[in-house]
Amino acid sequence: MHMPLEDNLGLNLLAANQHRADHNRAHFDAWKLLCLNVMSSPGAGKTSLLERSLAALASRWSMAVLEGDMTTLLDAERLEAVGIPVVPITTGRACHLDAAMVSGGLKLLQQRLDPADLDVLWVENVGNLVCPAEFAIGEHRKVALLSVTEGDDKPLKYPVMFREADCVLITKVDLLPHLPVDVERIEVHIRQVNPAAAVFRLSATSGEGFEAWHGWLADQLTAFRSAPALVHA
Amino acid sequence: MTRCLLLSMDEWRRQHSPLVPKVERVHLQVGTFTCVEPDQLVVTWGDAVRGSWLDGAELVIESVLLVGRCVPCQATYRPDPSCGFRSPCCDHPMEEIVSGRELRIRSVAYAFADQAVPAPAAHPPAPCPAA
Repeated sequence: MHMPLEDNLGLNLLAANQHRADHNRAHFDAWKLLCLNVMSSPGAGKTSLLERSLAALASRWSMAVLEGDMTTLLDAERLEAVGIPVVPITTGRACHLDAAMVSGGLKLLQQRLDPADLDVLWVENVGNLVCPAEFAIGEHRKVALLSVTEGDDKPLKYPVMFREADCVLITKVDLLPHLPVDVERIEVHIRQVNPAAAVFRLSATSGEGFEAWHGWLADQLTAFRSAPALVHA
Repeated sequence: MTRCLLLSMDEWRRQHSPLVPKVERVHLQVGTFTCVEPDQLVVTWGDAVRGSWLDGAELVIESVLLVGRCVPCQATYRPDPSCGFRSPCCDHPMEEIVSGRELRIRSVAYAFADQAVPAPAAHPPAPCPAA
């Protein structure tokens, strides 16, 4: 009754998401807007990082935030207090942002401002060290955070996240005197899975390390503006 | 991940529109250095396709092992998390990945009802006897 057929596809399982991510990226490029995807486990300090960086950089760059959270608007409200436009994206039961969600956030952002007037768009992903690493959203750079309270083994336990990151921020280093953790060992483990990543040690409480981190950001923005097509990973 | 797979399958189905292929098997290649747990994907696939046009389609997952290439000596090796993913030959960090990042729909086995099978495109139509 039936003729058996087989299509050899070789199609990326995430092709549908990648297609939307490429669409987002095309918009970012047209707007000359550097998009950063900020990822970490819950509580690693993404929102505190953004609070400090947004406050420090607001006089230099025009910025906005797409704030991903599963249920609440708490983080979005914290960032709004800095005086930066924030669009919350509530993901419900989804443990990561995908390209379609970011596209929806961009449409809401466009109702408030012209993205072409921005320099940097921060996307704070849902707290999760697994899924966000696989889902492109159209970002130019992936930034992963790892707090010293999480232990030095996390880069080896969640290697895909740290492999995918262009930059890894070791956060909460002000707590090091109180913890039996070796920050050198954290950095060694990061470099074992991703020798190419830029790595910085930060404290959003004391401000330690932010000058170097902001210097890295400035370099990315300069490179992006001078040759955006070359920045694409 | 299951949702993404379904979206990709929907896109594939549209290529056959207006026919609806009866899918018997979807063959995936999933690298071990990804965030996909194959057993979980099979379970969620079964739930997700129930009652849909993919109902009854089997999901077959082929694991693709993580293989790295040691940059100093160019030897390939199996990175081991317990050894920090470093190469056993030169103790070099995992700089180059040869395989293990695959998330790929390798093939789809399917069928049409006989009367619905389109004419093979490779064969030119027979000349019109009236010509």
